[in-house]
Amino acid sequence: MSSPVISLRDLVVRYGSHQVLNGVNLDVERGEVMVLLGGSGSGKSTMLRQIIGLDRPSSGTVHVQGVDINHCSPQELKRIRRTMGVTFQESALFNSLSIEENVALPLRELTTLANPVIEIMVYMKLAAVGLGEAAKQMPQELSGGMKKRAAVARAIALDPEILIFDEPSAGLDPIVAAALDELILFLKRAFRMTILVVTHEMASAFRIADRLAMLHHGTLITVDKKESFQASTDPRIRQFLDRCPDQMTEGAAVQQRFRELAGLTEKTL
Amino acid sequence: MRVLESTGNSFIRQLSYVGGLTLQFWSSLRASTRVLPIVGKRGRWQTAMRQIISIGVQGLPMIGILSACVGFIVAIQTGAELRKYGALQLVISIVAVGFTRELGPLVTAIVVSGRSGSAFSAEIGTMVATNEIDALRTMAIDPVEFVLAPKYLAAIIAVPCLTIMSDFFGIMAGSGFMYATTDMGLRMYLNYVADAILLRDVFFGLLKSIAFGTIIAQVGCMEGLQVHGGPEAVGRSTTSAVVKSTFLVILADLLFTAAFYVLGAV
Repeated sequence: MSSPVISLRDLVVRYGSHQVLNGVNLDVERGEVMVLLGGSGSGKSTMLRQIIGLDRPSSGTVHVQGVDINHCSPQELKRIRRTMGVTFQESALFNSLSIEENVALPLRELTTLANPVIEIMVYMKLAAVGLGEAAKQMPQELSGGMKKRAAVARAIALDPEILIFDEPSAGLDPIVAAALDELILFLKRAFRMTILVVTHEMASAFRIADRLAMLHHGTLITVDKKESFQASTDPRIRQFLDRCPDQMTEGAAVQQRFRELAGLTEKTL
Repeated sequence: MRVLESTGNSFIRQLSYVGGLTLQFWSSLRASTRVLPIVGKRGRWQTAMRQIISIGVQGLPMIGILSACVGFIVAIQTGAELRKYGALQLVISIVAVGFTRELGPLVTAIVVSGRSGSAFSAEIGTMVATNEIDALRTMAIDPVEFVLAPKYLAAIIAVPCLTIMSDFFGIMAGSGFMYATTDMGLRMYLNYVADAILLRDVFFGLLKSIAFGTIIAQVGCMEGLQVHGGPEAVGRSTTSAVVKSTFLVILADLLFTAAFYVLGAV
């Protein structure tokens, strides 16, 4: 079996006294779609920022393609980043550039390709995400779903081996979200990419995942194939899958305060 | 004890800010060679040119009007006093020397700080808030080279050019005053101006303006990069960029003037 493309070992991230990730261990294998699940504030985005090398961990290691990205040279980090494509939750398209200029940006900056070749490549990438007709438009002229697809086109501009999505379906209607899921599966099949998706959309997760990992309050509680994940009896996973709300521990106290404000006592009730 | 602790903390914060500013200045100075035409990366010079137009060409009307106003004010204020001693023609020297050495660079820097320093901060701050800077990093594109260096290069080219224009408008305002009070013609006025100013004054004025351009660009970019949060944080960074760059420009002006004085250049 080949070595994992992404490997996290004992990853701890602390902001002041608040520990966001508590010794996370995770391997993402070549060619798989790994979906990272977790509720709001569980540490998903923090973990993602560690994997793409935007933040440094308090302790532990992050290996991408076998390279420790926190202890390598800037040149090595640059080389590793060229093998990764990232689409952010808010798309992060450059508003001053048209869609085709956004997609052309990494090609212009990081290659010595001639302009006509870049233009052809940009068209191919935009066509792959179904945006061939929107090349000349500005990001602010596109819908949310189109922006996400444009961001995907930019992320795959350099044919990366690893593609990372942060909340791809967030803010999209179910039809557009489903189209984006199909796009992710198409990219996996067509380009044999290793794909890591951070989401909390269960339908999307089960549609695209080969394996799922779940973060709960900064701890990775499971990494499993989707069938096993769906059948899990772990109460934390069941709560997430069955959409059960947390206990409102302060509910009684709030009710008591309302009663006091209304001048109600046990007797009057 | 608490006062001492708070003062110490504040001092360390300021020191760390200046340290960060110096490191950023050095990075953007090195990266600016890759913005130059022909030898630089493709597209960078066009970005710098757009910034030069934004700082320089679009800022010219305001700088022209303000410099003319300041020139006129200086001429009126000094003229009122000098007339008592029958030395009204000294107004010409005061306006000419004052503008080339001091007022031209300072008026330009304050206007550029308000117009462009704040714009740099708002633009970069928005890029931080919308993850555009993170996107650049993940694409292995250096944000210093891509975003900061063209702005920095544009500032150190545009600010001295604007300073020359400010000198021109300020001095010409003095000509208006002299014509109104003594019927002195433009040719004679310019002869007096030529006698009053030295090339050295113009050179030192331009040297200062390059330093001011550096301060404005670096502070504006740094405030933008330090944005954490949404639109409110961008607004705060914009205000902070103008306040800090104006403060540092005046501080730098004092240091330059003191240094020139010690060196016997003024």
